[in-house]
Amino acid sequence: MHDSILTHAKSRYLWISIGLSVVSIALYLWHDPGVAPNGGTWLGYTLGTIAALIIVLLLLFGIRKRSYSTTLGSTRGWLSAHIYLGTTLILLVLLHCGFQFGWNLHTFALVLMLIVIFSGFFGVYAYLRYPTLMTRNRESATRDAMLEEIQEIDQNALALADGIAPEIHAVVLRSIENTKLGGGVWTQLRARDGSDIAIARIRAAIEKRETQLGAAPAPMQAGQTIIAMVDFLAGRADDKQSEALRKLIDILSRKRSLATRVARDIQYQAIMEIWLYFHVPLSIALLAALIGHIISVFFYW
Amino acid sequence: MGERFKIAIVGSGPGGLSAAARAAERNESHVLLEAEPHLSNTIYLYQKGKYVMDEPGILPLRSPIPFAAGLRETILEGWDEAAARLKINVRYQHEVSAIKRRDDGIFDIKCKNGNSVEAEAVVLGIGLQGNLRKLGVPGEDLPFVQYQLDDPDAYEGETIVVVGAGDAAIENAVALAKQNNVVIINRKDEFGRAKKGNEQAILKAIDDGLIECYYNSSPEKVEALSAGRKPGRMILNTANGRAQILLDRVIARLGATAPRGFVEACGVVFPNKDPASVPAISAQYESNVKRLYIVGALGGYPLIKQAMNQGYEVIEYITGNAVEPADAPLLKAKFANLKGIGSVDQALAQIQKNVPVLSHITPLQMREFMLDSDIRTPAAGEVIFTRNDYTNSFYSIVEGEVRIEVEGKPQPVVLRRGEFFGEMSLISGRRRSATVTAGPNCILVETPRRSMNRLINSVEAVKADIDRVFIMRAIQSRFASEASTEQLAEMAANATLQRFKAGDYVFQEGDEGDCLHLVRIGSLTISRNIGGKDIVLTYVAAGNYVGEMALMGESKRSASARAAIATETIRLDGAVFKKLISRIPALRLRLQKEFKERTAANLAMQSLPGGGDIISFLMAQGAGEATDILLIDESLCVRCDNCEKACAETHSGTSRLDREAGPTFANVHVPTSCRHCEHPHCMKDCPPDALRRAPNGEVFIADNCIGCGNCERNCPYGVIHMASKPPKKPGLLQWLLLGRGPGPGEAPYDPNAKKDPTAKKAVKCDMCKDQPGGAACVRACPTGAAIRISPEEFPAYAQSRR
Ligand SMILES: Cc1cc2nc3c(=O)[nH]c(=O)nc-3n(C[C@H](O)[C@H](O)[C@H](O)COP(=O)(O)OP(=O)(O)OC[C@H]3O[C@@H](n4cnc5c(N)ncnc54)[C@H](O)[C@@H]3O)c2cc1C
Ligand code: HEM
Ligand code: HEM
Ligand code: SF4
Ligand code: SF4
Repeated sequence: MHDSILTHAKSRYLWISIGLSVVSIALYLWHDPGVAPNGGTWLGYTLGTIAALIIVLLLLFGIRKRSYSTTLGSTRGWLSAHIYLGTTLILLVLLHCGFQFGWNLHTFALVLMLIVIFSGFFGVYAYLRYPTLMTRNRESATRDAMLEEIQEIDQNALALADGIAPEIHAVVLRSIENTKLGGGVWTQLRARDGSDIAIARIRAAIEKRETQLGAAPAPMQAGQTIIAMVDFLAGRADDKQSEALRKLIDILSRKRSLATRVARDIQYQAIMEIWLYFHVPLSIALLAALIGHIISVFFYW
Repeated sequence: MGERFKIAIVGSGPGGLSAAARAAERNESHVLLEAEPHLSNTIYLYQKGKYVMDEPGILPLRSPIPFAAGLRETILEGWDEAAARLKINVRYQHEVSAIKRRDDGIFDIKCKNGNSVEAEAVVLGIGLQGNLRKLGVPGEDLPFVQYQLDDPDAYEGETIVVVGAGDAAIENAVALAKQNNVVIINRKDEFGRAKKGNEQAILKAIDDGLIECYYNSSPEKVEALSAGRKPGRMILNTANGRAQILLDRVIARLGATAPRGFVEACGVVFPNKDPASVPAISAQYESNVKRLYIVGALGGYPLIKQAMNQGYEVIEYITGNAVEPADAPLLKAKFANLKGIGSVDQALAQIQKNVPVLSHITPLQMREFMLDSDIRTPAAGEVIFTRNDYTNSFYSIVEGEVRIEVEGKPQPVVLRRGEFFGEMSLISGRRRSATVTAGPNCILVETPRRSMNRLINSVEAVKADIDRVFIMRAIQSRFASEASTEQLAEMAANATLQRFKAGDYVFQEGDEGDCLHLVRIGSLTISRNIGGKDIVLTYVAAGNYVGEMALMGESKRSASARAAIATETIRLDGAVFKKLISRIPALRLRLQKEFKERTAANLAMQSLPGGGDIISFLMAQGAGEATDILLIDESLCVRCDNCEKACAETHSGTSRLDREAGPTFANVHVPTSCRHCEHPHCMKDCPPDALRRAPNGEVFIADNCIGCGNCERNCPYGVIHMASKPPKKPGLLQWLLLGRGPGPGEAPYDPNAKKDPTAKKAVKCDMCKDQPGGAACVRACPTGAAIRISPEEFPAYAQSRR
């Protein structure tokens, strides 16, 4: 049945990681190198080597994920191991270096590793939290279906606005041009779209029209509802127009709710992806720093 | 009276055309009557540029007209050219409406256009496509009324009235609505006949105002207008009176009338009402009407080459020339490893003599049966199939014996010469229920599912024989360990077969219990009415029984049993059964134990809030007929589409699953992906029998697919696509390190795709049967959101979701 990455195979890798941690701590406490614990003792070497091997294993996940024909375990198993062993790295490496830090390449590698790991934590959080939110937000429509519906609404809105007044048409047209879904990373993450501008603008256009007509307009207050606006207009315009306006506002409200949902959908997806843009490049940088670290300790130590 | 010919050939498909060509070549007096203004309408109607395939590859072609795999256009040109060169006497637009054999043995052939001819012999080669149903009202033949649509993009800015409510009508209407003003006319008040996806599409289009729909309406007449902006109008009868629509075009998609009615009117007898049955014809293709011959798809041979060979041969037979059929060498080869069995005909006769169930069929059916079948001579002790295999072929024992190891029985059951086995899986669509091994000197005939089903559907006696044995064995396998042979026979004698449509009740809660049902095809859901709502408790697959409880104490049904899909059960009479358990305490004890387990499971489900809702939801998605279904837990799915990429990557670049499409309930998402149905709809109508089931249950498409698209249409879940073979992609490391070629999961691009059209074939999920690790989609999912399960696991699954 469905198992999450955390509970995969009865959390096998959690237990492995706990075991590894306990053994490492025990060794660290028991071990007395004579000097302050550091990466140069035999235990330091051992822990460092284990940590480095784990890092390589975690990096290989990127390749395993794309080797679709391999029989080497399931991707979910790999990720489960990835998460638990990756977390254990914090402890292993701290014990490895004996809590000694400096302004050097070694500590730089450690910092890189920590950033990678903490971005990984965020990833797991996102993976556990956003899928459910996304499903709920979609209300069993697909994103394409929502986008399609928005497009249809735009067409209908234009047609309706055409029959009301040129100002309204212009407003609707501009609002369509202003509705931008997706866009840059930042916009995606902020989940903004331009759709509510349209309703505000229509309101403004009505106001303007009222003043032009010379009637004493009841001041449009912010709290006034859309329906009240329509009623207000109904007194002046002919029936057909006010009917059309009512419809227009209906479908624009529908569009606003859709657009909000699409924007949120995009936002969720962006959150689920964005951290990987830190996680993966930094993990490559980490690999480079690590190689540097190992070479440097062998040559210059 | 009309002109007189020796041979009249009706229909110029590959069968009829080849016959006419052979007649012309031999200078026989002949006429070829074709309904349409061109040759071979079925092939003419293939999509433009379709690559026509020449399956079966091993069969030689025997015909004066050429045929080789190639473009539709090339083939049609070749046939037109050959028809002219051979001076075939063809009459176009002569749709034959009646064929009557006079007392003097001469046929009177009447055509719709008023002409008629006489002939001494008739060859019917009208295929199975039937005639497109017309509007049936005045104006149905006006130039702007059409009955098919090649390219919806060819029309723009028109007002188009689409008549019909089936898949074709909906697909046309939706496609046309992009650029046109579309009105759809539906005789009923819903679109229930169409596939789910199509139904949703049309309802949405109507909702959105893209398409206007007249429900409960039918056309009264169509008229051409000489004045005004539109060339025509349609008068409609609607529920609220008459309406008029001004229009540019009418597209009526009303399906086709099966040719059967016409053929029966000619005096040809069909064995039963089943639409899949074909008329019995002799080895010389003669029907029960003397000197009326049937060739091609109508006679049950659905491929071009077969039809052409038959066309040639039938002329030889009519003119008294006893040629050996073109498939004779193939048959001979089948018998090659049997020594001392004589000629092919003798061998066939011997098999029919040895196996009573085959004694009911005609020599031609026997030939066809053997052409599709394989002769197997397993060594003693060799395993023929293993319990839980998913194969579904049928075996007849020609010589020797086999042993069947039934679970829970120490002694194997021995079947001897003349008996058959394998019918259980064939009929139920489920796994093999026992392992079968060969005895000494065993000769078996193994027949694939399609041929066997065709035989069962065409010959009543074969069906009766197999059903009788099926019932007996089903009862045996359930109760044999406790009951004696006589007791079982008594039970079997009172057993009847019952059919249920999806949603029908087998019995309802509170009914008086008077019988027991063994599910033989399909599946049931068991539900109880709790607080006014039907709560599904469990799912019962084929091979299990329901309803025993009411017979063992309580007399009222404690729950309702409902067919999840089209289902067939064996109904065992309650009185007989009661007598049996009162006499056999062991049986009573076993049933009571099973009952306790069932009740406990039901109670567990009942106490779960909404536990059965997931099962109900899955059943509503048609999961009741699945053997293996892909489910995605949307609370785990991070929408990375790695499943689709994995599918594409392991299946020549096209993903066979659409993750996003499909319904979701309580975070359980059923993506658009093959369910490997028990009785796959896609297999229904595949001319080369390319859809197969592998031993592990995977429904897959073999290489001999001819790309006709029938399966794509027949699959109700929309999981089959037509695709051409893509070019090779550079490896993963090359992409990773050098950025070469398209990435994982991206479709490979082909620089010469345009220049060289290749055959499009059907592709679908094969459950990665060629991948050593199993389903790639599931294995590629990083979060474990994607799983594949079988319906037996639904109750446990529903419980795990709480
Ligand atoms: C989309 C599609 C693709 C296919 N692709 C292939 C392929 O690649 N390779 C292959 O081997 N097979 C293919 N097939 C199957 C193949 O088309 C048929 O097996 C074959 O056409 C059968 O030939 P036939 O002579 O029996 O009848 P048909 O070809 O169906 O011909 C019947 C003819 O009779 C005419 N007719 C009908 N009724 C009357 C009447 N009352 N009076 C006068 N004339 C009448 C019709 O107009 C028609 O011309 C395909 C089928 C389809 C639907
Ligand atoms: C093959 C694996 C490794 C070997 C052989 C190794 C070796 C060493 C040695 C010999 C030292 C002592 C250097 C000194 O005291 O100046 C050291 C220190 C250290 N190592 Fe490693 N190491 C390995 C892996 C790692 C890994 C994976 C990390 C973390 C990313 C790491 C981080 C550090 C840090 C932070 C120090 C302390 C530097 C300092 O003292 O300022 N090492 N390592
Ligand atoms: C030094 C340690 C780590 C390294 C080098 C590393 C490296 C990687 C790499 C290379 C990928 C592949 C991404 C891709 O190709 O799409 C990946 C994915 C991932 N990593 Fe890490 N990682 C580390 C630690 C962690 C930790 C500690 C966690 C979580 C606690 C984590 C969580 C993840 C997750 C959730 C993914 C995404 C899986 C997916 O969507 O396919 N990683 N990591
Ligand atoms: S292709 Fe369709 S009909 Fe065939 S097995 Fe799969 S889901 Fe069933
Ligand atoms: S597999 Fe599908 S497309 Fe191919 S021949 Fe069979 S029915 Fe036609």
